[in-house]
Amino acid sequence: MVMIKDLVKISDYEWEIPKSFREDMRVPVRIFSTRRLLEQVMDDRSLEQAVNSATLPGLVGHVSVMPDMHQGYGFPIGGVAATRYPDGVISPGGIGYDINCGVRLLATRIEFEAAEALIGDLANALNYYCPSGVGTKGTLRMSEKELERVCRDGAQWALKQGLAQEADIRRTEENGCLEGADPSKVSSRAKERGRPQLGTLGAGNHFIEVDVVDQIFDAQAARAMGLQEGHLAVQIHCGSRGFGHQICSDYVEEFQASVKRYGIQLPDRELVCAPLNSPEGQAYLAAMRCAANYAFANRQVLAHNARLAFEQVFAGKVSDWGLYQVYDIAHNMGKIEEHVIDGTKMKVCVHRKGATRAFGPGAPGLPPEYREIGQPVLVPGSMGTASWVLVGTEASMQRTFGSTCHGAGRVMSRAQAKKSVRGDRLRSELESEGIHIRAGSMPGLAEEAPQAYKDVDAVVETVAGANIARKVARLRPIAVIKG
Amino acid sequence: MDTRETSPQGYQEIEHTADWELAVWARDLPGLLEQAAQGMYALAGVRWDEKRAREIRFEITAEDAEHLLVRFLSELLYYLEQEGLACFRFALQLNGYHLSAHAWGAPVVQLQKEIKAVTYHRLKVERDTEGLKTRIVFDV
Repeated sequence: MVMIKDLVKISDYEWEIPKSFREDMRVPVRIFSTRRLLEQVMDDRSLEQAVNSATLPGLVGHVSVMPDMHQGYGFPIGGVAATRYPDGVISPGGIGYDINCGVRLLATRIEFEAAEALIGDLANALNYYCPSGVGTKGTLRMSEKELERVCRDGAQWALKQGLAQEADIRRTEENGCLEGADPSKVSSRAKERGRPQLGTLGAGNHFIEVDVVDQIFDAQAARAMGLQEGHLAVQIHCGSRGFGHQICSDYVEEFQASVKRYGIQLPDRELVCAPLNSPEGQAYLAAMRCAANYAFANRQVLAHNARLAFEQVFAGKVSDWGLYQVYDIAHNMGKIEEHVIDGTKMKVCVHRKGATRAFGPGAPGLPPEYREIGQPVLVPGSMGTASWVLVGTEASMQRTFGSTCHGAGRVMSRAQAKKSVRGDRLRSELESEGIHIRAGSMPGLAEEAPQAYKDVDAVVETVAGANIARKVARLRPIAVIKG
Repeated sequence: MDTRETSPQGYQEIEHTADWELAVWARDLPGLLEQAAQGMYALAGVRWDEKRAREIRFEITAEDAEHLLVRFLSELLYYLEQEGLACFRFALQLNGYHLSAHAWGAPVVQLQKEIKAVTYHRLKVERDTEGLKTRIVFDV
């Protein structure tokens, strides 16, 4: 059990668990948090899981933990760890079952005042065009060959199908396609699960949300992103569905034997891993990239369907009902990147689990319009609360392998939320605040109640205070579609 | 009161910040597998129609009890998602850690929540004087 007394305070926003805390730690743990946010997680296993993560072979620098941290399985949610490439390890549990779970933000030129009377219709249309819920299947019917094309091409597959605009691709992490995806490394069961689910939202904490741009903090960055105060915007939060879940499950199982083969000792079986340069490590990397590309395509298809919903509701009523991509970014991913560690540039595998890539100005791979301001970071709040648009900084590159927070972070268990919140009552409360709710499951809605989460504003103030992201805009929800 | 005191086999939801955790206990390993399955369905809010049940059979070879538990539950999750079936009755035969499963699966008429995966996080099947017990974390 890690106690606050075990932490070394570096600043009001940064703490360290030294390597000496436990003898199997290979690197220290750096926690980006205020004392108040830290105290909220001292009763769960977040910090113990961060210490466990710090035992992986080949780690460099330190394991970072974001202020929206909470306990997960294996890694904590909000964890970032980088391993040396190619002789360090890759751990599927350090990326998560929902590979490339992420967020897409689309801006509009529709003023809230002009749209206010139509938001209920818009929620209905989004709910109709964007299938959501447990076990939901999409309208696309794909052969295995077509699925393999999705695996290789990601969001660019959708462009070829007429389901994307060129700017959507340019404004997606890695242009919506990770190189090195190999469908032959994906099990037939994963393909079977993935084929009917492309273009679906799923359930749990996944959602489509219509927001109003409530406040601008950085006019230049907001202008580059097409965000204007008082205008509508749309967030899409989902991942790689059963396809990614199965790929992660398959490799967590396979790596149970790999750790024995490579003589790797771990404090938790969920942290199983394999050297990046081993056949198993390479196979997982290739399969994980298939799931990442599937998720990029999935959010792209949902964005296309959201456009159909906007057209249905706003055509003829406003002059421009288009949805313009701001950015699409993952928060569960393993990426091979170059970072400077102790003054030396090196290639590493950055595991981000519930942490968003946050590259600073001038970072390679950013579209030209974002090179000067840094990469957009999308931080959805809990249902009914604000969401944030941030940008990465030089400091995030130096201190967190170009990473920052990914959301509000849970603070209450699902069991407790179900006991203390009734889904139907919560829906009425949110509706009375002017937030239209379309939800498939009332117990599911109760589990995602705002009181089950930390204060997203406090999380964002922390990453801004630690300078691992910079505030651009705050969004206020007006409609939420959940499975 | 510890629920285990009132029943030799069963399951109970444990508080977990983000995911679901289930305590499971039974006299033996087949019983533990069956209780874990029932607990998993209860967490997901599954209801089924027993009148339209059909038999399914599958085999699993595992390295140890934890491996068997994860693979067994993962197999049931697959049937739940792909075939819309929930298994409500089992005849499980074990030879070491090789499982021959014969189950009765009924079409699901209600499924409230999605379980992404069964994890190995802190998973340990332990023996005590009453039988076997474990805790399972599900990613949701």
